Amino acid sequence: MESGTGVMPAPMIDANVTSVAGQVPSAPVRWTLTAVAVGFLAVTLVLPLVVVFINALAQGWQTAIAAWKHPDALAAIRLTALTLAIVVPLNTTFGLAAAWAISKFRFAGKSLLVTLIDLPFSVSPVISGMVFVLLFGAQGLLGPWLSEHGIRIIFAVPGIVLATTFVTLPFVARELIPLMQAQGQEEEEAAVSLGAGGWQVFLRVTLPNIKWGLAYGTILCGARTLGEFGAVSVVSGHIRGETNTMPLHVEILYNEYQFAAAFSVASLLVAIALITIIGKSIVEWRMQGSLRDSAGIVRQQHPAPNGGLGDED
Amino acid sequence: MKIEVVDVTKTFGCHRALDGVTLQVDDGELVALLGPSGCGKTTLLRIIAGLETADQGEVLFDGENASGRHARERRVGFVFQHYALFRHMTVFGNVAFGLRVRPRRQRPGRAQIRQRVYELLRLVQLEEFAGSYPAQLSGGQRQRVALARALALQPRVLLLDEPFGALDAKVRQELRRWLRRLHDELHVTSVFVTHDQEEALEVADRVVVMNQGGIMQIGTPPDVFHNPASEFVMNFLGSVNVFHGRVEGGRAFLGPLQVDCSSDHPLARPARALVRPYNLDLDTRSNGRPCFLATVRHIHAAGPRVKVELTTEAGAFVEVDLAPERYQELNLSVGESVFVSARDVRVFVGDEPERSHRLEFQDGDSPTVMDDLRPGTEGRSG
Repeated sequence: MESGTGVMPAPMIDANVTSVAGQVPSAPVRWTLTAVAVGFLAVTLVLPLVVVFINALAQGWQTAIAAWKHPDALAAIRLTALTLAIVVPLNTTFGLAAAWAISKFRFAGKSLLVTLIDLPFSVSPVISGMVFVLLFGAQGLLGPWLSEHGIRIIFAVPGIVLATTFVTLPFVARELIPLMQAQGQEEEEAAVSLGAGGWQVFLRVTLPNIKWGLAYGTILCGARTLGEFGAVSVVSGHIRGETNTMPLHVEILYNEYQFAAAFSVASLLVAIALITIIGKSIVEWRMQGSLRDSAGIVRQQHPAPNGGLGDED
Repeated sequence: MKIEVVDVTKTFGCHRALDGVTLQVDDGELVALLGPSGCGKTTLLRIIAGLETADQGEVLFDGENASGRHARERRVGFVFQHYALFRHMTVFGNVAFGLRVRPRRQRPGRAQIRQRVYELLRLVQLEEFAGSYPAQLSGGQRQRVALARALALQPRVLLLDEPFGALDAKVRQELRRWLRRLHDELHVTSVFVTHDQEEALEVADRVVVMNQGGIMQIGTPPDVFHNPASEFVMNFLGSVNVFHGRVEGGRAFLGPLQVDCSSDHPLARPARALVRPYNLDLDTRSNGRPCFLATVRHIHAAGPRVKVELTTEAGAFVEVDLAPERYQELNLSVGESVFVSARDVRVFVGDEPERSHRLEFQDGDSPTVMDDLRPGTEGRSG
């Protein structure tokens, strides 16, 4: 829609079609490369998915549905849903607040905060879980105090929620920080100079500009929450019907050689994952659209390489 | 409304953006803050708007201290360099924003908002674009939307940050004139920031020349242009030829130029002479006027004036700006040797440009105007 933007991507499209030397590769080369790529995807992605569904239905529909309806399975589904309902809003709020603070303000310790947000990505989930055991477990730092007051965190729901929150903390913030930094704060400043208050600026200017990035981050955060295994496994204690989430329930069933039941619960997770991916693609598509719009604005603003530069005193 | 800026200082980290700036803008005036990038002009504008707080000093609106007031309470219209239009809102939504976010009790009704927005869109000649999004508009149109949006709340002060900086030359010219007309119609006290001296001189009632966080000179456009207070101002306001040299015993030796001047420095001090290209004249023969020899290197004949680039015998670059008639008369060609004479020379003494001062010449009533130059030879006649 932005006529000016069409100029830039054109050479890149050319580069995709032709090779570096500027020649179209010959037919056998093209076919071989395509076959390798498709074969690789089939083996690593498509085949496992198909196997999950085939195994789930290996002993018929009745077994699969019975596995879902089992009280332990229902409890696991409920617990996972509960965790999702607590963790996603929590981390969305945190991510928004952190991204807002980092991209719109100058303060001491900003780079430290950015590094801290990345910490859960770099630490193995198992270690994250163990940290919470060391903190809140019976022999942990706060364990004696907690047991005195009758508060259970490890081997209970609070521990699972805490561990999952820790592991999924970066998703929303990481998605929003670059987006909000790229957008700058001129629009917010314009809104303030027009008399808007803090909430009005946030709801009417900031939020509409980041909504697709926010949705994308939230979806990723939700997907990870559903599938988190390592950290949760350490803090949950695997109490059936009480502290088993869906991934943990699948593992238990599998270890007990109940393959059909394990795969039928697993197929539920896979189905949710597929729905998430579709949702994610839609959001990605919309986000690219809005990025293109804002890129159009940015490019229009800088007609010459040094046209708009050097004026920011 | 009158704006007073009193002794404002602002530091970013270890960079001093503003250093004790004092400035007054009278009611209904259109003032330009002019300076190179990094001189603090945008910071000053943002402090007036309340988007930035001063470390020291205060800003007074009609004598009332505004320093404690939040930007949203100052009733200041701010136009950003990159427009800062709300990209998810239509043109209508952008202009209506300031009215819609008012507290419920002060908020005008829907019909009133509509009427006011269309009134403003008519003013900026964008009525038919009310339903368009910013991404669908050209740069000049966006800037006009930004202006309409800033005017929606009937601001007491209009502040514009490099309003035409991101536009191409032709649109810039048009918008410049249009802004001047708009200001003559509305009479709202306005301050705009620019690094384009032509823009400042053409549009503003008064020009504030800034450099390195301080004000170098304040005056009307003819005033700052014809009577620059310092070497920096003269250099910034247009192209100049600089001749380096020294002042010694009442005479200035400036490369090929030699000027008598009433210097009270007994010892030699470094000095520079600045001459505007249109104050130099060329001749193919020595005509008795003081002059020096130079070789023609390049001729730009396209445009209302003919620009001739020359090098002196010492290899210094000199630019001369001639009327086309004069150029035709001379029939110049590249490689030719010509005599250069000067009409108006300004001598600045000192090591640092900012501390330089003007020297008085022995004769003539204007201290900086000099119409008699000697090439290479000593002494002078009346």
